[in-house]
Amino acid sequence: MQGAEILLLPGVMPRLLQGLWVTVWIAAVSVIVSVPVGLLVGWLMTLKNPVVRVLMRIYLDFIRIMPQLALLFLAYYGFARWFDWNLDATGACVLVFILWGGAELGDLVRGALQSIPEIQAESAYVLGLTGWQSFVHVILPQALRRLLPASVNLATRIVKTTSLAVLLGVVEVIKVGQQIIDANRFQYPDGTLWIYGVIFFMYFIVCWPLSIVARRLEKRWAND
Amino acid sequence: MKFNIKPLKAVIAASAALIMGASLAACGPSAASPSDASSSSDTTTSSTAKARTLNEIKKSGVLKVAVFSDKAPFGYIDKDGKNAGYDIVFAERLAKDLGVKVKYTSVDPAARVDVLTSNKVDITLANFTVTDERKEKVDFAKPYMKVSLGVVSPENAEITDVSQLKGKTLIIAKGTTAESYFEKNQPDVKLQKYDQYADAYNALLDGRGDAFSTDNTEVLAWAKSNKGFKVGITKLGDEDTIAPAVQKGNKELLNWINDEIDKLGKENFFHKDYEKTLEPVYGDDVSPDDIVVEGGKVD
Repeated sequence: MQGAEILLLPGVMPRLLQGLWVTVWIAAVSVIVSVPVGLLVGWLMTLKNPVVRVLMRIYLDFIRIMPQLALLFLAYYGFARWFDWNLDATGACVLVFILWGGAELGDLVRGALQSIPEIQAESAYVLGLTGWQSFVHVILPQALRRLLPASVNLATRIVKTTSLAVLLGVVEVIKVGQQIIDANRFQYPDGTLWIYGVIFFMYFIVCWPLSIVARRLEKRWAND
Repeated sequence: MKFNIKPLKAVIAASAALIMGASLAACGPSAASPSDASSSSDTTTSSTAKARTLNEIKKSGVLKVAVFSDKAPFGYIDKDGKNAGYDIVFAERLAKDLGVKVKYTSVDPAARVDVLTSNKVDITLANFTVTDERKEKVDFAKPYMKVSLGVVSPENAEITDVSQLKGKTLIIAKGTTAESYFEKNQPDVKLQKYDQYADAYNALLDGRGDAFSTDNTEVLAWAKSNKGFKVGITKLGDEDTIAPAVQKGNKELLNWINDEIDKLGKENFFHKDYEKTLEPVYGDDVSPDDIVVEGGKVD
């Protein structure tokens, strides 16, 4: 139990929680904005227009191929130097995670929409629904069900990837942990493991409910 | 469960969410940086990557300074979550004399040049050692500290000479003078690189490397409070100076800092700073004149 006392020092837990708030804030804003972006991108991907398709393909592949860290550096340092567009570190993170979340979610939306058998649309047409009506009342509800579990998992991934924000100087939960470890490294040289342990637990608390939601949804809709 | 989202509504919701996101970003989390309280909202400031002039800094009321937040006793976060250390005392004084507040950006060693070139900060005050390579990218003011490299190793396998490091693994932090010194002068030494000082020390404690090298001031302070470790080499490489840095070509701010350092030298400011922040860590082992530079004059 050596070194555990570091957690009881005044200010340590509040500061870690404050750091966690930064992590959750970045993740939450990114996920919330990613949803409309993803729906739009997914819909665009199903269009027959070749120009739109190629553009969406380039967007998705670019985001997928580039490591998130490279994208973060591009947004933070690159934009400032090339376009005089000086984002602050948090802003750069949110932008990158929205673009990334939007692309990944877009691909999920595309897959879900295309997985709905053609016959559904045809049946709707026979019943006298317009194309728009059949999309809204027949295709989309079914697609959303197939989509939700996977998108909750995507949200979990976004939460965890926010730890890269450290490298832009964002003081989120990991950085706060490192600051506490460093400031106390002389008095509590064994505090490292405890601080990282608490951080692990914090990520778990944030991500675990999301995993449960995803699993429940998957089960409930498995046989629909 | 029935989903009845009308696409038109979805589009409206999308734009609403975007606007919300933007306005949320403006009132971002209060812990984004330790001193965020002292600054107004600054998300997506569309200023240019060209450095701010002295007047622009005064007008904005905020001096942006890049500092370490995990390198006690030079730049760290104290128990109350506030920036503290030798560099911080200097930064506070600069801001005070300029009549503005100070806003700190926490940086890793490797990010110190980039935050200047992309105009994220006005000054880097993060234990920044003056080197020829760095001089090509940023402009250094007069020095306020001097330093050479030190090597810390476990007492039972102490490294007292560089030749002992041949074929062994040396831990270093990325972007430090130690990295460039060993890469250039000691190609036989295997380097193990870390982004953070905290991680580098942990690597040494875990025995992932045979020794750790960085500025002698840093390793001396660390070895003093970590039993079983000793600084076998206290002076390695050239004696370097540590100075504030500004973006290349920002003459106005540079000259102002230089005048300031001259002025502070007359009141022995850095010796007082040393007593306040460094002496509690080094004790009597080190003479302040070995570390402190007053008025930019290195003897």
